[in-house]
Amino acid sequence: MIQVAEKKTPKIVVSNTKQAPVSRQQKEFVFQTKNFDLWYSEHHALKNLTIDIAENEVTAVIGPSGCGKSTYVKALNRMVELVPGVRTTGEINYRGRNIFSADYEVEELRTKVGMVFQKPNPFPKSIYDNIAYGPRIHGIKNKKILDEIVEKSLRGAAIWDDVKDRLHQNAYSLSGGQQQRICIARCLAIEPDVILMDEPTSALDPISTLKVEELVQELKEQYSIIIVTHNMQQAARISDKTAFFLNGEIVEFDQTDKIFSNPTDRRTEDYISGRFG
Amino acid sequence: MKYLNDVLVMKRMGSRLTFNKVWKAVFLLATSFALLSLIVLLFRIFSQGIGYLNIDFLTNFASRIPAKAGIKAALIGSLWLMAVVAPVSIILGVSTAIYLEEYAKKNKINDFIRMNIANLAGVPSIVFGLLGLTIFVRMMDLGKSILAAGFTMSLLILPVIIVAAQEAIRAVPNEQREASYGMGATKWQTIVRVVLPAAIPGILTGSILALSRAIGETAPLVVIGIPVILQFLPTGLLDSFTALPMQIFDWAKRPQEEFQYVAAAGIVVLMTVLVLMNSIAVIIRNKFQKRY
Repeated sequence: MIQVAEKKTPKIVVSNTKQAPVSRQQKEFVFQTKNFDLWYSEHHALKNLTIDIAENEVTAVIGPSGCGKSTYVKALNRMVELVPGVRTTGEINYRGRNIFSADYEVEELRTKVGMVFQKPNPFPKSIYDNIAYGPRIHGIKNKKILDEIVEKSLRGAAIWDDVKDRLHQNAYSLSGGQQQRICIARCLAIEPDVILMDEPTSALDPISTLKVEELVQELKEQYSIIIVTHNMQQAARISDKTAFFLNGEIVEFDQTDKIFSNPTDRRTEDYISGRFG
Repeated sequence: MKYLNDVLVMKRMGSRLTFNKVWKAVFLLATSFALLSLIVLLFRIFSQGIGYLNIDFLTNFASRIPAKAGIKAALIGSLWLMAVVAPVSIILGVSTAIYLEEYAKKNKINDFIRMNIANLAGVPSIVFGLLGLTIFVRMMDLGKSILAAGFTMSLLILPVIIVAAQEAIRAVPNEQREASYGMGATKWQTIVRVVLPAAIPGILTGSILALSRAIGETAPLVVIGIPVILQFLPTGLLDSFTALPMQIFDWAKRPQEEFQYVAAAGIVVLMTVLVLMNSIAVIIRNKFQKRY
């Protein structure tokens, strides 16, 4: 917790110098999506999306299975390109720069935009090596710096106390919920700006889910978080804004309170009240 | 309304259980057949060869007199051969597998290549021997050397290693690659740090099994025409040499009865080498197996 607070301070200083006179309500956008379309071969998976995602907020993406919510989040770090036959049109701007432009290296983007996956996927290495993986691929070799990053990241993911005495044990010796927090710590180790989470609790038990949700609340102080979830209560509990996807389109995007108490669109209301999906 | 008549069910129970037992016996018999043949083979070879198995047999060169015949040149020759085959086939095989699994796009041409590599594994070894004779011995003028035979053997087992390595690489869960890419790792970093470490038990097991096939192969060596009676050890890769299966083949076809026993002793040596290699494969597999 102390570590979290320490990291927070310089970050605020930076954003203050960048946008000093701006009031607290007007946050900067991390992702601005303009008329974005995506096809898997012939299947038109995302249709004309336009959505702006603000920094230091939790943005939840909800919708029934196959609505394109995972696809959209995977487009934000271009992970979707691993699927053969994907085509896109339109723009997704990350901090004002189109991530699909030819000179944007995907490795550079993913260093800024980290990702936590649906199923905990630690490497079959020690806990330490899992966390140090990111810094190492970016060229950090100094043992002392790595030690510090590992501790900071594990503290940041609220799992330091669970694992500090067994950093050199295999990450698979941990429970599923701990593994997922290791994956979150591993993501923090590359010091990202945005964290994408693709149904991070769907493979976890209720208590582990709760811990991850609490963690998300803490992390939004320093990171912008975009979380895909199947669970509407989860979206209501942890997010500031919610986007409701249906058949590859955004039906409604607004403050989470508004979406869940007073949705504008009839389909949103039907979905959140459990009439379909 | 019940469809199952209790009386009939009980009546049929006996014959169902008998039938069950019969099939168990059939499968057991099939297994015993293979085991029994192996035991007979081993027993015959050991009982024939044991009289000739001693330190002298390992340290003597080949000879026209059965009692003086030894396997030194062949054993050392086979080790030289492996020293060429192992690095050449594993480096080429694993690189090919990495290209096919990680880099090559999934299209018709690449599917065709993948299918044909699997088919190559089934090509008779004598065909590879002819290929080696044409390319390495004659065209590249390497002669009947360790290098020529080593390249030929490498070609022979290359498809096996490629297929084994492909399977090992494919068995690495995609989530592992995604985790690495998700942190901004390049393809190369992902392959070296995530895919290969996870695939190495499978790759090594497949490679060692393929190498043990190469050490026992005779046909390509016959076609290349490597000599059998050598009174010196090779000192370099371009020297001529002989190998275990060649030596055994030569002894076994001699008319004198004693040479049959010498051949049996040679087979024991060859099989010992094979068992050793296969044990290493098993140990590696058990020790490094990763769980996800």
